[in-house]
Amino acid sequence: MRVLAISKKSNIQHKPVAKRFKHFRDNLELSLLALPAIILVFIFSYLPMFGVVIAFKDFRYDKGFFGSKWVGFKNFEFFFQSQDAWRITRNTIGLNAIFIVTGLIVSVSIALMLYEITNRFFVKTYQTIMIFPHFLSWVVVGYMFFAFFNVEHGLINGLLKMLGREVTNWYTEPAKWPAILTIANIWKSAGWNSVIYYAALMGIDQEYFEAATIDGASKFQVIKNITIPFLVPIMTILTILAIGGIFRADFGMFYYLTRESGPLFPTTDVIDTYVYRSLRTLGDIGMSSAVGLYQSVVGFVLVLVTNLIVRKIDPESALF
Amino acid sequence: MVVDKRKSRISLFFIHLFFMLFCVACIIPLIAVISVSFSSEMDISKYGYSLIPREINLDAYRYILANPFQLLSAYRVSIFVTVVGTIMGLLVMSTMAYVLSRESYRYRNQLAFYLFFTMLFSGGLVPYYILITQYLHLKDTIWVLILPSLVNPWNVILLRTFFQKIPAALIESAKIDGARELRIFFAIVVPLSKPALATVALFTSLAYWNDWWLSLLFITKERLVPLQFMLQRMMSTLEFLTTHAQNIPSGMSENNLPNESARMAMCILAIGPMLFAYPFFQKYFVRGLTVGSVKG
Repeated sequence: MRVLAISKKSNIQHKPVAKRFKHFRDNLELSLLALPAIILVFIFSYLPMFGVVIAFKDFRYDKGFFGSKWVGFKNFEFFFQSQDAWRITRNTIGLNAIFIVTGLIVSVSIALMLYEITNRFFVKTYQTIMIFPHFLSWVVVGYMFFAFFNVEHGLINGLLKMLGREVTNWYTEPAKWPAILTIANIWKSAGWNSVIYYAALMGIDQEYFEAATIDGASKFQVIKNITIPFLVPIMTILTILAIGGIFRADFGMFYYLTRESGPLFPTTDVIDTYVYRSLRTLGDIGMSSAVGLYQSVVGFVLVLVTNLIVRKIDPESALF
Repeated sequence: MVVDKRKSRISLFFIHLFFMLFCVACIIPLIAVISVSFSSEMDISKYGYSLIPREINLDAYRYILANPFQLLSAYRVSIFVTVVGTIMGLLVMSTMAYVLSRESYRYRNQLAFYLFFTMLFSGGLVPYYILITQYLHLKDTIWVLILPSLVNPWNVILLRTFFQKIPAALIESAKIDGARELRIFFAIVVPLSKPALATVALFTSLAYWNDWWLSLLFITKERLVPLQFMLQRMMSTLEFLTTHAQNIPSGMSENNLPNESARMAMCILAIGPMLFAYPFFQKYFVRGLTVGSVKG
């Protein structure tokens, strides 16, 4: 009886292995085709994920990744007890929240207004010019900014002088930068993002508008009840993605536009610039890896939570 | 009715006005940089920058072209990285996307998750930096500018969405005829997907051309500095140009080098080719963005 039971059991265990091998063999060619990308993703995305344990070590270059001593949460304690933790978290989330809201409003408005224009020539021309800033790197945008905000020769101070007003040293005035960066963000990305919304508008069946006109709906009513509802699904998806990334700042923008000016840090220092600075300038690996892990984990949780909420409200719009 | 028409005409006027102002705002920063690059050093120190140069002065360009080594070397690096990166990236991304697009591929969901997860979670900068410098020993090599960003998950998804539209029957019949997967991919899928591949090629080459992040992290050797990083370094060290000058063109001395304008001229020389290519390519980018926005 017992023997029988064992043999039966082993039989059950045996079958899937053979089957699995067959599956493996049948899919081998396709698997091999995807292999280069799989390896690259593994090396450059997954290995660093395992590497996050560095945050719990006292990393030393001479001892390497495996040889360095474990120190538990010491790196985190050090960071969270400093003034910096609150400052960079507030700046990152606060500025990104402003960017998300203003960016959404402006790019949807651009798409709606573009939709009102029937002349194709104007639509194309406006679009071509408005998406131009998207193609410039932040380094180049930094040069353009410098032409405006340069203290001695800059265009803005030149204008202020001409008007008989006092000039400002822009790179030492932290209070002005949230607004400056918000404008920079809109300038660089609103035109590009509006293309998606505009494409969605182009897909709306004209019959809706005809029916609304017959019913005597006003322009405003049409926009509110027909046009905007069509955009809501795309707006939701893009906003979830943006909220998921709210803990990650656009490094290039904060690094090149502010020209790493120390006096501006109270309002412009974000997690990404902070991590970069602690790693490259201060060489503080423990601290910077702890902050990096904090950023990754909270960011990941935010994506999951946002998606969960959206799935509760409208399962169709959820990402996964 | 008449009132209505007039009202809509007025609103249309304001819409056009808005777009014209917005477009001017998009272009003015570029004009400012161009204008400064053509201004003389004397005018700049006297009047500051201006949107229209008081007189066209070519000193900055003459000065740079007398010492073009730095610029040429940066161009060489950027072109190499962009060309090689785009070709390799297109190859690895499209093969993976093709596998993901095949309904019959058994590990499709696992592979999709494997890729998708990297968009949600990352190990952060420090482990990445240590891995590349200490273990892969890629620091100060040309490959560090190419390999880490070869696979872009967004582009893979974009390609997969496109490949999914290829009828499965086409691939099945080729299989019955005895064609191997590799052959099917290159002989059937690639020729049918030229528009999508071209879009991703454009996205990828723009990303490589504009990349400053990898060089900022991993490049210290002079001969491996690409354009964007060269610009970045010139911005942070004011006198960078002066210290590198070997040949000073006639009419200029060490004391009156066109520092201010030369920096802006370098910026224009670095983005020049892109400015010319932009009007021709931008519509493909717009098309690609619209293809990618389809949820799939």
